[in-house]
Amino acid sequence: MQKERLLQHRILPVVTVLLVIIAIWYVAAYVMNSPFQRDLDRRGNVTSTAMEFFQKTMAQPKPVLPAPHQVVSNVFENTFLRSVSSNRSLVYHGWVTLSSTVAGFTMGTLLGILIAVGIVHVKALDRSLMPWIIASQTVPILAVAPMVIVVLGAVNITGLLPKALISTYLSFFPVAVGMVKGLRSPELIQLDLMRTYHASAGQTFWKLRVPASIPFLFTSMKVAIAASLVGAIVGELPTGAVAGIGSKLLAGAYYSQTIDIWAALIAGSVLAALLVTIVGIVGKIVDRSMGGRLA
Amino acid sequence: MNNAPSSVVSARKLGLTFETGDGPVHALSNVDLTVNKGDFVSFIGPSGCGKTTFLRVIADLEKATSGEITVNGMTPEEARKSRSYGYVFQAPALYPWRTIEKNIALPLEIMGYSATDRKARIERTLDLVNLAGFGKKYPWQLSGGMQQRASIARALAFDADLLLMDEPFGALDEIVRDHLNEQLLKLWARTQKTICFVTHSIPEAVYLSTRIVVMSPRPGRVTDVIDSTLPKERPLEIRETPEFLEIAHRVREGLRAGHSYEE
Repeated sequence: MQKERLLQHRILPVVTVLLVIIAIWYVAAYVMNSPFQRDLDRRGNVTSTAMEFFQKTMAQPKPVLPAPHQVVSNVFENTFLRSVSSNRSLVYHGWVTLSSTVAGFTMGTLLGILIAVGIVHVKALDRSLMPWIIASQTVPILAVAPMVIVVLGAVNITGLLPKALISTYLSFFPVAVGMVKGLRSPELIQLDLMRTYHASAGQTFWKLRVPASIPFLFTSMKVAIAASLVGAIVGELPTGAVAGIGSKLLAGAYYSQTIDIWAALIAGSVLAALLVTIVGIVGKIVDRSMGGRLA
Repeated sequence: MNNAPSSVVSARKLGLTFETGDGPVHALSNVDLTVNKGDFVSFIGPSGCGKTTFLRVIADLEKATSGEITVNGMTPEEARKSRSYGYVFQAPALYPWRTIEKNIALPLEIMGYSATDRKARIERTLDLVNLAGFGKKYPWQLSGGMQQRASIARALAFDADLLLMDEPFGALDEIVRDHLNEQLLKLWARTQKTICFVTHSIPEAVYLSTRIVVMSPRPGRVTDVIDSTLPKERPLEIRETPEFLEIAHRVREGLRAGHSYEE
């Protein structure tokens, strides 16, 4: 019964949408790749049947839009068939991006919590900090990232840290906003209760505000980790394309390796889905241990 | 009550005015009242009569703007800081991430009771409110009535002689309420606490109290104080006796006199 419902309510709709997307993708690939193929055929004086022509549009080395199976085979090849130390391996590039994502996410979460605690407890910070925090996110990250990389590079800080800082810059925001809300989520009656006990500010913080904020923390961490990944990828673009999913994207664009670009894109998406899922699972475990009722 | 009663709460010409955008609101005005040790005092009146506000002034959750009030001979703030009362709110206000026993442990942790002492007190208070065996449950696993009992246990866990209860059974159905009223009287007899109890139910007030304070709104004031003639031992059936009905009648008259229906 439970399995049947999971199939009907979760898997079936998702698979349906996936199939529709793939179908549209194939059609689009045919439409977009055929002018070049027609041109090629004309020059080579090749005449082919409609079926042969279709197959050729699906097998170009540098198609305008690669067909799904081309991308899938590229991802498979570069994930499972290469040694992980090879710089064509998606695992290698994924790992590079993952490490700066996680480093940046960790710093961003800590920073976000720190800012939220400050805002909730210090009136002056509440008034002064919030507009700046919001303003910080209106600055386009694509403009900030190269400056961070270049400035830090000038003082000989290169590698993981500058990229992680860009992730931090993107990820502290949702955590700060979410935690301000979370730390302020206790109801008046729960705060009054603490007052009747003559509880200190520290006791109220640790025994009431912190536990009450935990669900908010995990919700905002899900957003933050996805933002961290974006930050890490953006941070890899101006580093001279050394390693990482971002560099893979850049190199692909540089050499018109469209299949590689799409493969890197897929790798990035999978990584993002994985990270968000992990945060979600940890959140569920914590929720369960805090007496959350089974959903 | 034969020996000289010592006052637990004593208010003289107490007033509290909230400044709002539409001008001042006189939540309390000229309240004179004494609550003696061991009393069970009910505050009854229509909404806006200041009964909850008065309880919150005793608890130092609101500050009076005029007059004087002492709690255990101290100012309300000193009384709160020396943890001389337990407060039961309209809602259970249990922390959902704590089990029932951890919820009861909350004030004990804050007040620095030792772990062994905490354990003994949790067991004793759970027993007092007939929740023995439910300590490991989370609040959502309990019914509304059980949750409110747990919150009473929490207020009883530390050594405060005064129990302030703000419509604790207001959200519960009649049958559960009757049952809890009966239990509350037993608990009061066993613990010898002084109880201030806010309600808007006449039968509840008459059934529970040794004194009934009738209040009326605009401005919030005391219109009548009725000393109950009912015996201390009160089975639920006492509510059908002429004596009970007579007191209930007097409360109703007091409420009617103080309340104008034109508004």
